[in-house]
Amino acid sequence: MSEIPGHDYNHLAKRLLGPGEPELTCEECFEHLDRYVELELSGQDADAAIPGMAPHLMGCPACGEDHRSLRDLVSSE
Amino acid sequence: MPVLTEIPGATVEPAAESLFESAMSQRVDLPQAPGPDAESRAWVVALRDGAPDREDATRRLHDLLLRAARFEINRRRASHPHLRGGDLDDLANQAANDALLAILRKLSTYRGDSRFTTWAYKFALLEAAVRVRRRAWQGKELPIEPAHWSVMADGGDSPGQAAEDAELLEFIKDAMRTELSAHQREVLVAVALNDVPIDVLADRLDTTRGALYKTIHDARKKLRSHLAAASLRFETELEGSGDRP
Repeated sequence: MSEIPGHDYNHLAKRLLGPGEPELTCEECFEHLDRYVELELSGQDADAAIPGMAPHLMGCPACGEDHRSLRDLVSSE
Repeated sequence: MPVLTEIPGATVEPAAESLFESAMSQRVDLPQAPGPDAESRAWVVALRDGAPDREDATRRLHDLLLRAARFEINRRRASHPHLRGGDLDDLANQAANDALLAILRKLSTYRGDSRFTTWAYKFALLEAAVRVRRRAWQGKELPIEPAHWSVMADGGDSPGQAAEDAELLEFIKDAMRTELSAHQREVLVAVALNDVPIDVLADRLDTTRGALYKTIHDARKKLRSHLAAASLRFETELEGSGDRP
């Protein structure tokens, strides 16, 4: 049986168990994503302004992708 | 880095009400930003029903949305080599069209928390991403069995932290079998282990992305409670994790 590196065990556990702290829903994430990204890009504390967003972006792969896309698009302008 | 921690004398911790759960019953009101800037206000005024320059504003907005949709699709091209140029441009146009309709429908909900263009972009990016994910999985069977179980079961010879992590994964694997419903297990495995996009799975199960994520959230909560009952804890630091840029 093959063995995977230790960090992959850790990564799998993280994916299965999620953030383990209060988080927004997907709908709330979408609603606040634009403000979150602008706060991030302006160097402000986006996580303090929108609590629950960072855990959701870690726990939801699709919303995490959406976040990276919006941040990269806006920062490319 | 997440750590496996023994908690002496730990009992099952009552889960604090999460934002997620409170949102199920009532809306979460977060502090709002100041209103829109002048340029954003001009967009909203020009796009309103009956505005004299609405047609021109709609065309300009569609151009922006198409640019955003192409941006999204281009960044996903490498992971979907079977998608061809003509398909991709069709997808971008469909995404821009649907995003435009959604924006015009929701125009009155724009509060100016961000620039209007940032607010609008997220609709185009979402529409494009969903289309690419659907197209990539079209006609494919969705894997709901854990592809990583075989490697998860090994690790006894790993040194230090890796051995602890392997042991933890074995515990989680058992808990998934004993603590989760069949539906919770299938959804968690498909999305968290097998990289099935949540919106693709939602389509197949005739439900919504939000409803499926609630299923995942509840499953994770059960698993963490089971860990706590066994005096185990897995801590996830958000900052600097591999999932966050």
